[in-house]
Amino acid sequence: MVSIAEPIAKPASPFRFLLDRREVLNAVLISPAILYVFLLVGLPFLLAIYYSVSAYTLYDPTWRFVGIQNFLDVLKNPVFLRTLGNTFLFTFASNFLGLVMGKFGAFLLLQPFRGRRIVRALVILPWAVPIALATIAWEWIFDSLYSVINWTLIALGIVTRADAPNWLGSPGLAMLCIIIINAWRFFPFAIVIFLAGITAVPQDVIDAATVDGAGFWRRNYQIIVPMILPIVAIGLIFGIVFTFTDLSIVFLLTNGGPAGATSVLGFEGFQVGIASGDVAHGAAISLFMLPVLLVVVIGMLRFIRRREI
Amino acid sequence: MSAVLTRDIVKKFGDVPAVNGISLTVPDGEFMVLLGPSGCGKTTFLRIICGLEQQTSGDLLIGGNIVNDLPPRARGVAMMFQSYGLYPHYTVRKNIAFPLRTQRVPGAEINKKVEWASQLFGISHLLERRPRQLSGGERQRVALARALVREPTALLLDEPLSNLDAKLRASARLEIKQFQQRVGVTTIYVTHDQVEAMGMGDRIAVIDHGRVRQVGTPGEIYDDPADRFVATFVGTPPMNIVAKNGGYLGFRPENFLPREMIEGSAVAEFSFRVDRSEYLGSERIVYGVLEGFDPNQIVTAKLPGAHVAEESIRPGEWHAFAVRNNALRFFDKDGNRTSRH
Repeated sequence: MVSIAEPIAKPASPFRFLLDRREVLNAVLISPAILYVFLLVGLPFLLAIYYSVSAYTLYDPTWRFVGIQNFLDVLKNPVFLRTLGNTFLFTFASNFLGLVMGKFGAFLLLQPFRGRRIVRALVILPWAVPIALATIAWEWIFDSLYSVINWTLIALGIVTRADAPNWLGSPGLAMLCIIIINAWRFFPFAIVIFLAGITAVPQDVIDAATVDGAGFWRRNYQIIVPMILPIVAIGLIFGIVFTFTDLSIVFLLTNGGPAGATSVLGFEGFQVGIASGDVAHGAAISLFMLPVLLVVVIGMLRFIRRREI
Repeated sequence: MSAVLTRDIVKKFGDVPAVNGISLTVPDGEFMVLLGPSGCGKTTFLRIICGLEQQTSGDLLIGGNIVNDLPPRARGVAMMFQSYGLYPHYTVRKNIAFPLRTQRVPGAEINKKVEWASQLFGISHLLERRPRQLSGGERQRVALARALVREPTALLLDEPLSNLDAKLRASARLEIKQFQQRVGVTTIYVTHDQVEAMGMGDRIAVIDHGRVRQVGTPGEIYDDPADRFVATFVGTPPMNIVAKNGGYLGFRPENFLPREMIEGSAVAEFSFRVDRSEYLGSERIVYGVLEGFDPNQIVTAKLPGAHVAEESIRPGEWHAFAVRNNALRFFDKDGNRTSRH
């Protein structure tokens, strides 16, 4: 006679099936992320808050509590106020420009043409190239002596060598330069976002709009753009957050100059807190990013949630 | 006057003709159904009428005017799509108003017309909702209201019921037909479903491989199919076709009955070997072959279920069957109908 059910072997150890338990597995999988965020984001953030209410400098590492005095100092400083304005201008202008370029780029890349796949791959380059390399290339484009743009303009007879624009030397133009570079860096990302959004719009909806009498512009701005707005908003959050905190282009290209015309929050915080050693004021400057970013992120997320209902 | 008239419309994608010379006249107020299998070109033809596709050659007249080169918005036709194509970011009210806004109709008049259209379809209480908050049937009504709100010369419907489940489909079919009769708008309705075509169409155009095979009332299509394609595409089960004298002989399964069920002598008699029998409640479908014909040609008989007992028809048995002479159809060797009787 054959026994119908063999007795199931007892687990060798009580921990043998530990990872099969959902709550244990959840904890094991999520803990590296929490650890990472806590150690590399949370601790420095708390440290920055502490520095910003202390009188800590590299030369006098005291932990003396001074309340909000550092913030009041910073707000009274006209250089900081200018930096704050620069940061807003830099962030919103470059993201807007990148978004517009991304929209048109996406529409061009939706048209069928020979070699479209190659162009689609190449267009990612500005985003993929390390920013240090890219900025060096742009430095030659805007250089005071060897500017490629000026060389072209002079060769075409549009300007003379004497009145050729000094791109990085005059305050307005220098700001324009870093805005253009950042937009150039951002627009491949915007293209990807727009491409994903536009291809997700059902053809029936676009056809319906066409038959309902909508021409190209109305189809675009009353149907397609509103429909892809949530995904564009996500892209924009990324763009704004990264740009608002970024200092690489300014650091590599203009060093905040001429005369602080292109200084942004991240750069100013670095200059004051690290380069000059006034850690407390540097921390206070950097912390001014926080409320702005919070407002942007919360506002955008609320907007997206409202759209989805 | 004909609302829509086409003359020899051809549409080629590359070298392949999707529409291969369709000439069709749809009079004012008619419900015309374009019926055909998938890929027969019926949807392409509909998209040519509304201007989403440009024909390779041929003329298209809407309301008596040649509109070959007019953009969709200038043609005065409305179209309802398979998935309805509602604008998800607009409320029902703005969805219905959209075709009027594109025509720059004044706001007060837009409101009036939206009210009218929403009352016509009983969706006045849904005006402030968004499409995703609606059921399938409600979405269809919104799509119809949006199509009709600007009172088009012709309404084009592209398989509008294929997104609904079977139960809803029957009531939606009725609803579309009723509103069409009430409003009297010229309608061109594309479907691959013969039940929809037979039940709704004033006339049916059967299309295959980009050509119209036959245009006629549902009765004409069913009783007098113009060729073998129409005969076997319409009808469930399709018409029986057997080879005879270099041509073909056709008869509907419901006309193929046991000899004793037919009175009179004006009949064609057959010896029928039963292979299989299916009881479907209201009817019984019997499959088999005829003596003296191709033994691979399956012939079906549709018998009234209540009248034929299970025991009287068993697989393997030979029975005397017959078809009334006036129910026989003849086709030549190319499959075209030769004579009626």
